[in-house]
Amino acid sequence: MRSRLRNFLVCTTLLSSSTAIAQGPLELVSPPEVELPFGDAAFPEGNGAQALNEHCLACHSPDHVLNQPSLPRAGWEDTVKKMIRAYKVEISQEDQKRIVDYLTATKGLD
Amino acid sequence: MGKFLSGGATRRSFLGAAALGGLKLLSRPAWAETVDLGGEGGPGLRSLTTAFPEKGRMILQRTRPPWLETPFDVFDKGVFTPNDQHFVSWHWATFPMSIDVAQFTLRVRGSVNDEISLSLKELLHDFPRVELAAVAQCAGNSRSYFQPRMSGAQWANGSMSNARWTGVRLKDVLDRAGVKAAAKTVRFAGLDAPIPSDAPRFAKSIDIDHARDGEVMIAFAMNGQQMPVLNGFPLKLVVPGWCAVYWIKALNDIEVLEGPDLSYWTTTAYRVPNRPNYTCDPAEKDVDLIPITHNVPRSFITNIRPGDVLPLGAPQLARGIAFGGDKGVKTIDFSADGGASWSPARLGADEGKYSFRQWSADFALSTPGEHVLKVRCTNSDGVTQPAKPVWNPRGYMGNTIESTNVLAS
Repeated sequence: MRSRLRNFLVCTTLLSSSTAIAQGPLELVSPPEVELPFGDAAFPEGNGAQALNEHCLACHSPDHVLNQPSLPRAGWEDTVKKMIRAYKVEISQEDQKRIVDYLTATKGLD
Repeated sequence: MGKFLSGGATRRSFLGAAALGGLKLLSRPAWAETVDLGGEGGPGLRSLTTAFPEKGRMILQRTRPPWLETPFDVFDKGVFTPNDQHFVSWHWATFPMSIDVAQFTLRVRGSVNDEISLSLKELLHDFPRVELAAVAQCAGNSRSYFQPRMSGAQWANGSMSNARWTGVRLKDVLDRAGVKAAAKTVRFAGLDAPIPSDAPRFAKSIDIDHARDGEVMIAFAMNGQQMPVLNGFPLKLVVPGWCAVYWIKALNDIEVLEGPDLSYWTTTAYRVPNRPNYTCDPAEKDVDLIPITHNVPRSFITNIRPGDVLPLGAPQLARGIAFGGDKGVKTIDFSADGGASWSPARLGADEGKYSFRQWSADFALSTPGEHVLKVRCTNSDGVTQPAKPVWNPRGYMGNTIESTNVLAS
């Protein structure tokens, strides 16, 4: 309790000092060229992984997909269709099925 | 203008360039610490990373393009989120890796008397400066806690951050160009570009009256510093009280339209049911959808985490943050008995109606075992957080009353 109260007081002090933030900068400075992590190279192995590697990785790293929740097959079909319809990735019918099969096998709900 | 991660490369040439070292690849990830965000029905485990430029310790939701979430403990330290822990979210993987401030220009075009191109020097020196505290919150914040789950960025509660923004009024910039009487909508876009060349460039729009309300800002600084590249350096549109999807990063293009914005990001994406609390039943089909606009009230306990063991009978302090959405915080209510009874919390300093506001409340748990703590925000319009879970097909605008389960012992 005592430490919580102390934290609160520290916090309150920080708050009141933050109202005195100076005006923004008079000039902006070009930041150095940034380096970004690129993301893992490929999807975990499995049937259809090659289709995901070929079609998904241009726009996003695999962790985008791997962090998704489990979804029913229809959910994965909708997701792949959205990538095609809205975000203009070109995927053959065969590869669409391979991708949905992979996702249903690894992150399915059915 | 600047150097880009990838300028309209095809998929194969893009990956080929990466493989050949055309991009700066970091071979070894610099993250090791993990956090379990706890959403049911999907992987909750995430890495914490310090590998991103100008950013401190962040939850890694996606590496490329970056989705970086603010670790929740940051929200207990004060109402302003440090710049290096302000959340990051990009739609397209093509965005500037470096920006030359001498070359950068902001263009104003469309239904204006004079199409203009402003340098950063002009923006910083030729217009009155304004300052305002406001929460940037992703429309999909807390998506990983929706049930049933849906695809999308699997945010916990940390795709929100608060900053004091410095910039110029959008109205003043529009007046410099001279908006024509027929103007209806203003559309904004930044330096990021789609990878497939026929995919929709990321852009959002607001009505002309909103654009000219004197609050919408072109910001060049956050918390007194220029912005990190990943947060939109050099310019970011700040639409106070509205979801961060409108807060266009690396803003370089303002287009005044004489009709509605019919682009993908308004007509198809970022839409919610036209219902109270934007909530429909998961089984419903063909629900009427409307564009996401402003934020809704939210509140969080920041000093007590789920699963904490609290001493039986001892006086306790609960503390947290809240925001009213598009209006100020009117009241914060706290409950130590799962919502059966509520009492008003103390409010901290008022940093402006769009800012986080701190709150605190005293309580004690008199019986051993599990207890549920809750907090609820009501804004100055009388809008309060719902007890019934918010749910919509794409997982937007979540603001259900938060529960924190603790043990008294």
